Amino acid sequence: MSALILAADDINVAQNVAFGIIAAMMIFAALSVVTSKNVVHAALWLVMVLSGVAAQYILASAEFVAASQILVYIGAVMVLFLFGIMLTRAQIGKEAGLNNKGWALGIPVGLLMFGLLAWVILDAFDDQVLPDRGATPTVLLSDQFLSIYLVPFIAVSFVLLAAAIGAIVLARKD
Amino acid sequence: MLAVNFLLLAAALFSIGVYGVIARRNAVMVLMSIELILNAVTLNLVAFALMNGAIDGQVFALFVIAIAAAEVGVGLAMVLMIYRNRKSIALDELSEMKG
Amino acid sequence: MLAADAIELSSGWFLENAWLVGLIPVIGFAVIIGFGKRLPMKGAEVGLASMAISLVIALGGVVQWIQRTNSADTGEEAGSLIQAFGRTLPQATEGEAKPFVTPVVTSWVWWQNSGLEFGIGSSIDGLAILLIALVAFITLLVMIFSVDYVRGDRRYTHFFAAMTLFSGGMLIMVMSENMVQLILGWEIMGLTSFMLIGHWWEEEANSRAALKAFFTVRVGDVGLLVGTAIIFFGANQWAVDNLDSNGFNIAAIQAWALSGEANTQFLLWGAVALFIACIGKSGQFPLHTWLPDAMAGPTPVSSLLHSSTMVVAGVFLVARIYPVFWEGFNIGTGGLSFIAIIGAITIVIAALLAFVQDDIKKVLAYSTVSQLGYMMLGLGTGAWLPAVFHIFTHAFFKCALFLCAGSVSHSGSHHSFDMKKDMGGLRKKMPVTFAAWCVSTLALTGVFPFAGFWSKDEIIDNVGANGYTFLMWVGLAGAALTAMYMTRATYLTFFGEPRGAAAGHGHDDAHAEEHEMEHIGVGAPEPRSLGAAANAHGDDGSDHSDGPHESGKLILIPIVILAFFAVTAGFANPTPLASRFGEGVEVLKTYVEPRATPISTGEVIASGPGESVRIVTPSVAPSAEGGEGEGGHSKSGCGFTAPETGTVCFFPGVSHAEPKFAKILLSLAIVAVGYALAIAFCVAFYGRRDERLVGLTERNRALRGGFLFLKNKYYLDALYENVIVRAIAHPIANAAYWVNQKVIDATVNEVGIGTRKTGQWVYDNIDQKVVDGAVNGSGWAASEAGHGLQSTQSGKVSQYGALLFGAAAVGAIVLVLVNVS
Repeated sequence: MSALILAADDINVAQNVAFGIIAAMMIFAALSVVTSKNVVHAALWLVMVLSGVAAQYILASAEFVAASQILVYIGAVMVLFLFGIMLTRAQIGKEAGLNNKGWALGIPVGLLMFGLLAWVILDAFDDQVLPDRGATPTVLLSDQFLSIYLVPFIAVSFVLLAAAIGAIVLARKD
Repeated sequence: MLAVNFLLLAAALFSIGVYGVIARRNAVMVLMSIELILNAVTLNLVAFALMNGAIDGQVFALFVIAIAAAEVGVGLAMVLMIYRNRKSIALDELSEMKG
Repeated sequence: MLAADAIELSSGWFLENAWLVGLIPVIGFAVIIGFGKRLPMKGAEVGLASMAISLVIALGGVVQWIQRTNSADTGEEAGSLIQAFGRTLPQATEGEAKPFVTPVVTSWVWWQNSGLEFGIGSSIDGLAILLIALVAFITLLVMIFSVDYVRGDRRYTHFFAAMTLFSGGMLIMVMSENMVQLILGWEIMGLTSFMLIGHWWEEEANSRAALKAFFTVRVGDVGLLVGTAIIFFGANQWAVDNLDSNGFNIAAIQAWALSGEANTQFLLWGAVALFIACIGKSGQFPLHTWLPDAMAGPTPVSSLLHSSTMVVAGVFLVARIYPVFWEGFNIGTGGLSFIAIIGAITIVIAALLAFVQDDIKKVLAYSTVSQLGYMMLGLGTGAWLPAVFHIFTHAFFKCALFLCAGSVSHSGSHHSFDMKKDMGGLRKKMPVTFAAWCVSTLALTGVFPFAGFWSKDEIIDNVGANGYTFLMWVGLAGAALTAMYMTRATYLTFFGEPRGAAAGHGHDDAHAEEHEMEHIGVGAPEPRSLGAAANAHGDDGSDHSDGPHESGKLILIPIVILAFFAVTAGFANPTPLASRFGEGVEVLKTYVEPRATPISTGEVIASGPGESVRIVTPSVAPSAEGGEGEGGHSKSGCGFTAPETGTVCFFPGVSHAEPKFAKILLSLAIVAVGYALAIAFCVAFYGRRDERLVGLTERNRALRGGFLFLKNKYYLDALYENVIVRAIAHPIANAAYWVNQKVIDATVNEVGIGTRKTGQWVYDNIDQKVVDGAVNGSGWAASEAGHGLQSTQSGKVSQYGALLFGAAAVGAIVLVLVNVS
């Protein structure tokens, strides 16, 4: 495995740098999500992670996906989360005991997962260089959606419908 | 840039999400950790789409986003119900299935 | 017949299949037992039919035996039936040996053990066929008598069954060719005798009488088994070596005894043991005590078993294996033999006891014992043929006498047998019975020309001629006593004033007397329960209203037939007439007495079942047929010298006395004197009640002592029962009881206790601890395992998640490792 990360010669240095900064920020934010003592802070850190992910999508020439990520995840899902936090009377401010008793078990599992995945990835994609693509025209996506992936597309709409109805039914006050 | 960048990043997010699922007591926190995991996977998908030049990865990523949204909706509805019944969403207190 | 001719002896279907005669009654017995009660005559018809068939076969056998003997004597092939009867009998001149007629043997091996074969079947020679015909004939007549006599009895069917089985047993014994079969027949007879004596076993006296008979004969039977064993061990080797036979085969035993190679000790002790069996079975002193008590059985039983047929089984045994006794007791050389002494004692003591009996059947029983003594006396002194002849004639007249007694009790004295209380003056009311009785009495006492004269006087004559003068006088005295006690019985029964039931007294009197007699146990063998007496009354209800009367036809016909034979049977062997009419008149001597002629062993072995045998008559005639001239003994030949090698003898050369007119007159005179004295006494004592005689025994102490001695049967019963039996039986019984309680019961109890304790221990230790422990342990292990694993089911999502991801990671690692390496 040769020169690993970001600074290599015939590589777009700016891309790499951008990637590196955003990646660092994401990791930090993700760690904060799972270690924060404040639920609301954790939610906000999650926002940061999500937006970082969107930025990575742009770097990966998936603009439409980035856009829908921001719209759906940050715009709807996080709001939903915040509603959820509010409705379940999470304490505003720090609260103790956000970790359960066996939290220490998570560390080795997480490390194990990461180690395994890292090794596999490095072993499989050793020095592969991502191609430089331009922006992805959205029309290509819609072509796929409405031809090959039509049925899943319709199905997803059903799923969303079912989820909406289900959520309403579940959360009714009866 | 190297392919491994995206993938390692996704692996890291994934592992952090796993830790969060295991370690967090609050049900909402757990759901948030699950969101982390999903996002890691979606990042993987897009990275592969980029690697292979196929757009299917992005299509799939959009699907994942949609499903994730649905899942969060339903999940939070359930958390709300639990909260109404139990007045608490600490998962370590919800061990009715204890054998 | 001087030359050595080979002669073909004729055989015949009846001779070869004579074993049927023994088998048919046994089958009849089984049929009666199985189906008798459902048959119209309740089984009697099966008994009658089986005896009739046996009689037919027996008579056929008689004819064919006569033919066979003729064919041997005349040296020609078997002539036709007409020839056999028409021809004047044996052509051999006097002084020449008549050839030995080998018996016709049909036998099958039913068991064998290390080369020793046990056969069952028939061996027919003159003696056997005579007795077979006699037994079948007498049994048939008695059964006809019983059809009416036993009618209404509670166990009618079983009576006929037992009687049929008895005759089967006797026939099996008579036709047997080896000792084992003889013992079989002997034992069957003992069993059926027990069954029949105790026919009315509900009264204790009867069952005790049956047991007494059985046990007393049993004491003798020990001698039979011991004797058979001794003879076997003595004869077996010789028989195997010389005759291809074994030590049980009767012919082999006969040959061995006369071979001169027999060990005298074996012969002597074998003879003694076998004779003890005869003492028991034939009621000789000292085992005679059972015979009078056996009168407790029904009259047909007494007439058949205990007078004509079963009790002569002992005599038959002696006659059959005569060579053993001849050699063992040295009868041929004139020694005073054990048999003769016992016989003589028996004659006298039984005759004396007959004087003091009130029961008519007991008089006849003692008379039977006395006559059996005559037969034994004859056999013991070498008078074989007269003894066998006496069996023949005695059967007829004694059976007739018993049947007359039965007829008297049935129709004359209201089922009572007590002469003094219930009989008297019956000659007018029962003329046929009276006539038959008289004829039979005359035959019994030996009056010319009735049957007993020819046979009994022959015995006495031969006893004297063989040199036993004292015993001859004993025999003559016995004849006189016989005349006297029979006269007494006749007078009390048929003459004088009718007494009791004979006088036609009402039921109450007779019943009261009967029951009184039953309780005393004296006399009345009349042991029916009240119910059965009522049965009997029901059947001949009309009888009692008009007193004594003659009996019915079924009862009278056998009596008449037997009386006829009592008159004429003597002419079967009228030796005194031989000098005038030739030897041919002596039918039994020709055909029944075995010839004392040696025959070669090769011919004996060659004779197979039912086959004609070729015999070789000896070229030199040993004068075994001695004694025709002077009445002296021949001192050579079979029985005196050993036969030549390669030949065997089967019968010793017994001598035959020349009848002299003087001796005949002497015996007749003695009998006449006896009659005269007795008639005078009876008329005086019972008739006129002469003062001098009445109460004599009370006044005279000596006479009273003698009377009591006789009345108590010489105190023999007291000796046997109170002294001997008690001394032996009680300690044994006590010891057995002790063993039972202390040893057997203790062992059983200990086993029980031990088992219980073992079970308890097993339960406590093994069941509770080991087995239950295992079971419980497995349950505990499962439960603990579950408890242990329970912690993984915490219900906590985070833990489940940890497990999920951890397991996935591990699985992935494994996959990677497998694929990469």
